[in-house]
Amino acid sequence: MVYWGPKGKTNTAHQMKHIVKIMALLVAMSALWISLLQSSKIPESYTWLLPLYFIVSLGCYGLLMVGVGLMQFPTCPHEAVLLQQDIVEAKEYLKQNGVDVGSNP
Amino acid sequence: MEEKEENKYSIIVPTYNERLNIALIVYLIFKHLQNVNFEIIVVDDGSPDGTQEIVKQLQQAYGEACILLRPRPKKLGLGTAYMHGLKHATGNFVVIMDADLSHHPKYLPSFIKKQRETGASIVTGTRYVKGGGVHGWNLMRKLTSRGANVLAQTLLWPGVSDLTGSFRLYKKSVLEDVISSCVSKGYVFQMEMIVRASRKGYHIEEVPITFVDRVYGSSKLGGSEIVEYLKGLVYLLVTT
Repeated sequence: MVYWGPKGKTNTAHQMKHIVKIMALLVAMSALWISLLQSSKIPESYTWLLPLYFIVSLGCYGLLMVGVGLMQFPTCPHEAVLLQQDIVEAKEYLKQNGVDVGSNP
Repeated sequence: MEEKEENKYSIIVPTYNERLNIALIVYLIFKHLQNVNFEIIVVDDGSPDGTQEIVKQLQQAYGEACILLRPRPKKLGLGTAYMHGLKHATGNFVVIMDADLSHHPKYLPSFIKKQRETGASIVTGTRYVKGGGVHGWNLMRKLTSRGANVLAQTLLWPGVSDLTGSFRLYKKSVLEDVISSCVSKGYVFQMEMIVRASRKGYHIEEVPITFVDRVYGSSKLGGSEIVEYLKGLVYLLVTT
């Protein structure tokens, strides 16, 4: 089944746009939040602040991920050395085979 | 009757002022792909430093069948450079890589092996996993890279660890399909390609690669790049 998308491009119907998935998730979370507000199992003053707590937690998680990733950032200084060796080897061969290896014309 | 599979790999290398690097890259590709059927397609955007003359010398040294020079009159952008190269590609697989030696041809066999083992439509190089890595980035650069990556992962759920990487192997038909639906420029274009491919359900595999930042020449990352990146993220969030 095929339908015409917004820019006149064809699209297969069973591919849901990512933004739709995100919106659906937000709607589901909002519904949960509203039902919590109305059920008064949790004190209202706390429930009102839940979205804020969620956003702050998300932010903290993001910062944590950045920090952890930064600490574990894979580096490869030995590769720079190997590359220099490769360059020397390449220049030798190329010079012998008629290729100009100067960096300026 | 059993048919021996004949795979040919078309390696598209866009260049602009890569007079020295293109020769080194070609040498290294030949060194590491010795029993592989491949061709190198150099898409040069009218480099004033004589890159095209060097390519012609390389053609004399290695043969014109393996090195194709398909130039363009001026800088016309990366996406169109790939499309231009694709038009001349005769392989059933296409590799895209940078000409500045940040992508080392020694990883080409591992891309090919991974594709053969898994039957993937796309094999993308990732710098951010064990076995991969980056050299030549200061702390600030690593921070922006990591921050950008976390943001992109949170918003886009792309299914790959390195979104802006441009060292990739594609099945030719897959690249043709994906590239026709991408409109961004620069490295956002690389992100758009892999995200759209992921959304379309293509089988994507990753191999670790090491990335040694620009040996000869100058690299670019400033405030305007960051703004472009954020705009690109929002665009991808909404349209893919």
